[in-house]
Amino acid sequence: MSDPSTPTLFTLGASHHTTPIELREKLALTADKMALFCTRLNQLAGLREYAVLNTCNRVEFYGYATSAETVENLQREFCAFQGFSDAEFSAIRQHALDRDAIQHLLEVSAGLDSQMLGETEILGQVKDAYAAAQSRHSVGPVLNRVFQKTFQYAKHVRTHTAITEGQISVANVAVDLATKIFGNLANAHILLLGAGEIGDKTAKAFQSRGARSLTVASRRLERAQELAATFNAAALPFEQWPTQLAHSDIVVCSTAAPETVVTAKAILNAMKKRPARPLFLIDLALPRDVDPAAAEGENVFLYNLDDLAKIAEENLAARTTEMIRAREILTEKANLLWSQISKNAPAANRLNAPT
Amino acid sequence: MDTFTDRTWLWFAATLYLTGFVLGTVALLRDRRHSRAWMYLLITAGFIIQTVGLSLRGKALQGCPITNIFELFQFTAWSATSLYLVIGPTFRLSLLGYFTACLSASLTFVSLVMPAWDAVRRMKIPGGSPWIEFHAALAMFSYGVFALLALTSIMYLLQVFSLQRRHLRGFFSFLPSVVDLDHISYRLLCAGVVLMSAALSVGYVHWIHDRESVPFYKILITGSIWATYSVALVLRWRGILITKRLAWTCIALFGAALISLGPINASRNKTPTTPAAPTASQP
Repeated sequence: MSDPSTPTLFTLGASHHTTPIELREKLALTADKMALFCTRLNQLAGLREYAVLNTCNRVEFYGYATSAETVENLQREFCAFQGFSDAEFSAIRQHALDRDAIQHLLEVSAGLDSQMLGETEILGQVKDAYAAAQSRHSVGPVLNRVFQKTFQYAKHVRTHTAITEGQISVANVAVDLATKIFGNLANAHILLLGAGEIGDKTAKAFQSRGARSLTVASRRLERAQELAATFNAAALPFEQWPTQLAHSDIVVCSTAAPETVVTAKAILNAMKKRPARPLFLIDLALPRDVDPAAAEGENVFLYNLDDLAKIAEENLAARTTEMIRAREILTEKANLLWSQISKNAPAANRLNAPT
Repeated sequence: MDTFTDRTWLWFAATLYLTGFVLGTVALLRDRRHSRAWMYLLITAGFIIQTVGLSLRGKALQGCPITNIFELFQFTAWSATSLYLVIGPTFRLSLLGYFTACLSASLTFVSLVMPAWDAVRRMKIPGGSPWIEFHAALAMFSYGVFALLALTSIMYLLQVFSLQRRHLRGFFSFLPSVVDLDHISYRLLCAGVVLMSAALSVGYVHWIHDRESVPFYKILITGSIWATYSVALVLRWRGILITKRLAWTCIALFGAALISLGPINASRNKTPTTPAAPTASQP
């Protein structure tokens, strides 16, 4: 336990672990609110350094304060600013001091604390939070060192464990498989059959990985046009999709049709026109859109929703196993960093020794 | 040192190739991507040392060291490795270095542990023409290209197997894409056929002047291998022989090409031979 009267490194906040989305919405800071709240924090007595990590899954304050009392004041200030009950916040808050605060930041940055275990976007968000703190001069020698080392250690964990390997969402698994077949997706033509939510997500995933050529076919042409406009793609009346099959490398099927849409015969005919080029069929529909017999065709790769979900589950299981190794590494790093910080802190501001 | 013979250098080279293969295997078994730079470095070191060994032999023979089965295997490994060193960084095919190390280690070690293959060495160029030697060296280099083609074909089959059977983790996760492997295989097939055609053309020019110097069965064997690779290339170009069928064909053809080295070598034993003595690096 920290002595409440000595300088303290702390983290305080709420995340998806304890806070449902309805509450996270209330706690989230918009850009305007963030600017306003930071001006208040600048005047908070005893708060020497701070940074705010504000993402869709968490609002967290990382800081260096003269005493633990300051942390409680920060909480009261935040709740008052957001019109949130202090008692309710106390029930959901995540709070750690000193070495544990460092450990928390390390785990957050390495993606161990994320909803999608091992995701890498969070590191960028932590970097943004630190950059924002630097620009408003709210970080000093302690947090500078903590954040800079955090980036280094998070990268180390990503390199030395398989925590980020293998995709864990169906859309990203599909894109990963496509790269195993086509390599660079820039030259692959994608045909989207159905313009529903899952098709939309998959198209986004493909585009984020470099796919440029996309055609959308839907029974509702206006919906196809709407989705196509989002991706700068072409829209097609649904009955015309067979004409595109031979020109497509990847076909993403997600229609609500009760019967088979893409027959084995249609695939066979298309492959006759492009025998040397593989065709990747992604069937995300239930009931299935693609005749399973299509997979028998040479150079045809067919994956349905179950196949993709199974791969995602396997990848997640592998990441979970790696999490133990990653946590061990980060614990070691947190101990090291904490011992360095507590030794190097000026005598007057001496931080607590590790417990 | 008199004991530092050409074979010693070739043993060192084989050991470096084997080291690359073993380190790559260990990394893959631990589910880790091996360092491509280290693999490249090991193979480069192996290649340089093998070049020294083969140069010593060549110097002693006063010609290209492709006079017996041992040297033919060594030269094939050397050709495949040299090609890898050129195309490896260009195409950046993951695991190609690992497979090349495996192939080169296999060919060099097998040749080194078979004393009979190096028991007799020819000391004269058959026909006394440097063009014939050029023909033989070019033909052997095309075998190196076909060796690399066999490797990319194996990688292609493994990737297709992994995608069709849903074995995507571990070793399979490091394989290059199907399309990349198909493209590189096609290019290697083209390059191999062009090189072998050039080799046979040079040999033909010599043969029409001295038909007695080459036995018919040698022409039949090399001609068949060239013709089969050429047919495979045409069929691939026409989109008839593709995907797994092409990959299996390339692997089988390279197997046949390796086996053909025996009869081809035997056909040249009419020329003066000498019991092999190790060639020292320093006289």
